Amino acid sequence: MATAVVGSRIKRREDPRLITGEAKYLEDIKLPGLAYAAILRSPYAHAKIKSINTDNAKAVPGVIGVFTGKDFADVNPLPCAWQAGGVKNNANTPRILEIDKVTFTGAGVAVVVAEDRYTAEDALELIEVDWEPLPVVVDADKATEAGAPQLHENAPNNICMEWSCGDEAAAEQALNSADVVVKQHLINQRLIPTPMEPRGCIAQYLPSTGEYTVWMTSQAPHVMRLLMTAFVFGIPETKMRVISPQIGGGFGAKIFLYPEYCLVTALSKKTGRPVRWMETRSENYISTTHGRDHITDIEVGAKRDGTITSLKVNTYANLGGTLSTIAPGIPTTLYGRLLSGAYRIPNIYCHVFGVYTNTGMVDAYRGAGRPEATYVVERAVDLIARELNMDPVEVRRKNFIPPDAFPYDPIILRGLKYDSGDYDKALNRALEILDYENFRHEQAEARKQGRYLGVGFSTYIEICGVAPSAWIGLPGEGWGAGLWESANVRVHLTGKVVVTTGSQSHGQGHETSVSQVVAGELGIPVEDVIVQHSDTLGTPFGYGTYGSRSTAVGTVAVYNSLQKIKEKAKALGAHMLEAATEDVVFEDGKVHVKGAPDRAKTIQEIAGAAALAYNLPQGMEPFLDDTSYYDPPNCTYPFGTHICVVEVDPGTGSIEIKRYIAVDDVGKVINPMIVEGQVHGGIAQGVAQALWEGAVYDENGQLITGSLMDYALPRADFFPTFELDRTETPTPVNPLGVKGAGETGTIAATPAVVNAVVDALAPLGVKHLDMPLRADKIWRVIQEHTNGG
Amino acid sequence: MQVKITVNGTTYERDVAPRTLLVHFLREDLGLTGTKIGCDTSQCGSCTVHVNGLALKSCTMFAVQADGCEITTIEGLAQDGVLHPMQESFWEKHGLQCGYCTPGMIMASIALLQNQPHPSEEEIRHGLEGNLCRCTGYQNIVAAVKAASEKMGG
Repeated sequence: MATAVVGSRIKRREDPRLITGEAKYLEDIKLPGLAYAAILRSPYAHAKIKSINTDNAKAVPGVIGVFTGKDFADVNPLPCAWQAGGVKNNANTPRILEIDKVTFTGAGVAVVVAEDRYTAEDALELIEVDWEPLPVVVDADKATEAGAPQLHENAPNNICMEWSCGDEAAAEQALNSADVVVKQHLINQRLIPTPMEPRGCIAQYLPSTGEYTVWMTSQAPHVMRLLMTAFVFGIPETKMRVISPQIGGGFGAKIFLYPEYCLVTALSKKTGRPVRWMETRSENYISTTHGRDHITDIEVGAKRDGTITSLKVNTYANLGGTLSTIAPGIPTTLYGRLLSGAYRIPNIYCHVFGVYTNTGMVDAYRGAGRPEATYVVERAVDLIARELNMDPVEVRRKNFIPPDAFPYDPIILRGLKYDSGDYDKALNRALEILDYENFRHEQAEARKQGRYLGVGFSTYIEICGVAPSAWIGLPGEGWGAGLWESANVRVHLTGKVVVTTGSQSHGQGHETSVSQVVAGELGIPVEDVIVQHSDTLGTPFGYGTYGSRSTAVGTVAVYNSLQKIKEKAKALGAHMLEAATEDVVFEDGKVHVKGAPDRAKTIQEIAGAAALAYNLPQGMEPFLDDTSYYDPPNCTYPFGTHICVVEVDPGTGSIEIKRYIAVDDVGKVINPMIVEGQVHGGIAQGVAQALWEGAVYDENGQLITGSLMDYALPRADFFPTFELDRTETPTPVNPLGVKGAGETGTIAATPAVVNAVVDALAPLGVKHLDMPLRADKIWRVIQEHTNGG
Repeated sequence: MQVKITVNGTTYERDVAPRTLLVHFLREDLGLTGTKIGCDTSQCGSCTVHVNGLALKSCTMFAVQADGCEITTIEGLAQDGVLHPMQESFWEKHGLQCGYCTPGMIMASIALLQNQPHPSEEEIRHGLEGNLCRCTGYQNIVAAVKAASEKMGG
């Protein structure tokens, strides 16, 4: 009974405050004397700042101050904390306000602080900037060509870094000896993450102590404090407290240190007032990071029986005008090293240019590198199937890593091994739900009637629980820190449990799932647990929440502390029962003498005794309290099969998703309801990339899709009901057997949808389509293929 | 300008600037921060409230236009600590993750059921097209509205 709570669909403990409007998000926080900031952003994608005149703005009643980059010349540029491993990175990072030059539309150049936001916005319009516009380049491949506008002096041809992994000679040789080779040019378009809450920051400075308190919309408050104090301001870490209040989604975009967070912090000192800045959605679109944006050429070689022998990939990754916090790590480690997918591909080579262009910064967006890799791999498999006229399911099976091959070393992963998997099992379950055989009959019938019905598969794997520090850190993959997680568990005198964690929940439901683990281990009601997070005061250092790592790394730290607390409870319980420690067991929330369940002390009684400390065994410290730091020995590798069925209307080019089936294996599941929710949301974002979303810059570097009017964020009526199922292959990497579920949907869905549409249009000779597959594009493709072009 | 606006049963008389948006009046002047702002183009629906019983995006209306109106916000739904059936259903069906779109989504969903007490899945999806959610893929929101319609409509 005690452990049944893990694996059960309990309602989320964080929801009551969210469904009543009680939760306090950043913009809901109001401090006495609060002042409001508004930021002037560059209207040009590439320009020199010749001068800025703020006199008229300063004269507006209610304006407290107007500042430009020159006022903060003593503040360091932001750090780039993950540079591509093993190669030189020509890093250029933003300043809190740019001083001489901007390299993308939306870069901040001046700020107004006023008594209210309306006044701040009014004054903003009165700032005069003398700009000298410069030539612009927005495409990553074009930016590297001779004669392209140059963005940064230290980055010739706009190349930030050139990185590769795998064995080029072996991949070449295998291509040369392959029975078939397919080449394909692929675009993985730029996306805008769009958490429903934009970004914001409030800072307060206390002159008497020199301490800052900073509230920010961050997925990683501890890291923010570290980066701001040690790298940007050069002050002791002890002089800053960072708090992430209730956070309205992140999807990666709230991992990073942004100029505005540092700016608002600096303003709080400069103005002597607490200052709040909250992004508008339009600001969010031009100044918060974007995701993806790869231009890729692949060559995939195979034997005639469908065995894939080689994959060679060349990618131009657009990093934007300046580097965001971990930008270079995404299209390198998190991309290239996943290119084996779920398959035994003996020869892989991946070469990446990280390129500056006059566009907004690009960094991690849900999946971060892994969706891009999965798109390459899953399209490559389909291209081979098509070339050989084989069933794409058969080609997948032919190349799957078999269950008995785990732990499997895909070589390209440089030292790590896939933990566990049964790829065929998930595939078979998904095929069963679809009734594949019957579907192909239906499809054949439909084709006879001139209907374009298609099915697409994605038998993906991903890397979750991104860690081992020794693997990902500077000497390896270039991450400039560790990637362990922390937790403290305290059982108070009353038997109530306080967990503090370095992870940060911004919609994932950690307060519920962590409580379930605690309740299961200690045999107490879930209601007796409180999970505190997101405040550097009172929680142990943690790297934050991203990369599907909070359960597979963060919650394991909680679990490890619980084991140590149970050990101590056993020792104390035995003492209370006048028994030897080796003669008692911890079970169902009690310590009892083996074979005599009635001779027992409850965890509450033991916690009380530990806290009162009137009678402890010799040498035992008071209180049940433990802190763990967990650095896993490996990442975890969820997998599964997603199947999408579409019908394309040849008259309009519009695509109807008829069915969407997802069979995921995320290892052990703590709360199936939460996992399903994560998968639903991920699928929606992945499908949206395939069909609708795409950030578009014009040739002048203006973001055409600069608001929710223009960017095709999906609505409720865009989707069918997704059909979900699971297989459960625990990971041996951690004692909970959990792998991670936050990103599976976005990683898996995109190629499943594209493969389905290509399959639907296969009778017309269509072999590949670049996303997004909007109706106008599909209609044109159909016209070209039916009317001879 | 002087306005008299009733919000969640309490009547407020305030002097507001003519350009003050209703959503800012609710959040900044009255401190009712449950209503959220997610965009600046009236697409997202996070700011949906009820004005004289109709669902309305409070970023599309000036506070002065609400003079004399009765407004209900997310804070006004639960009565004496008892959740509205729609709130309950969102909780039970996991119709929220980050919670930011939730107040607007709940207000829009209640209005949807007022017009269509027994909507089909398609009607729910269509009826909520003015409210964006980035977390849930909408699936559990649809389930929540369905569950609420069963609870409320009998």
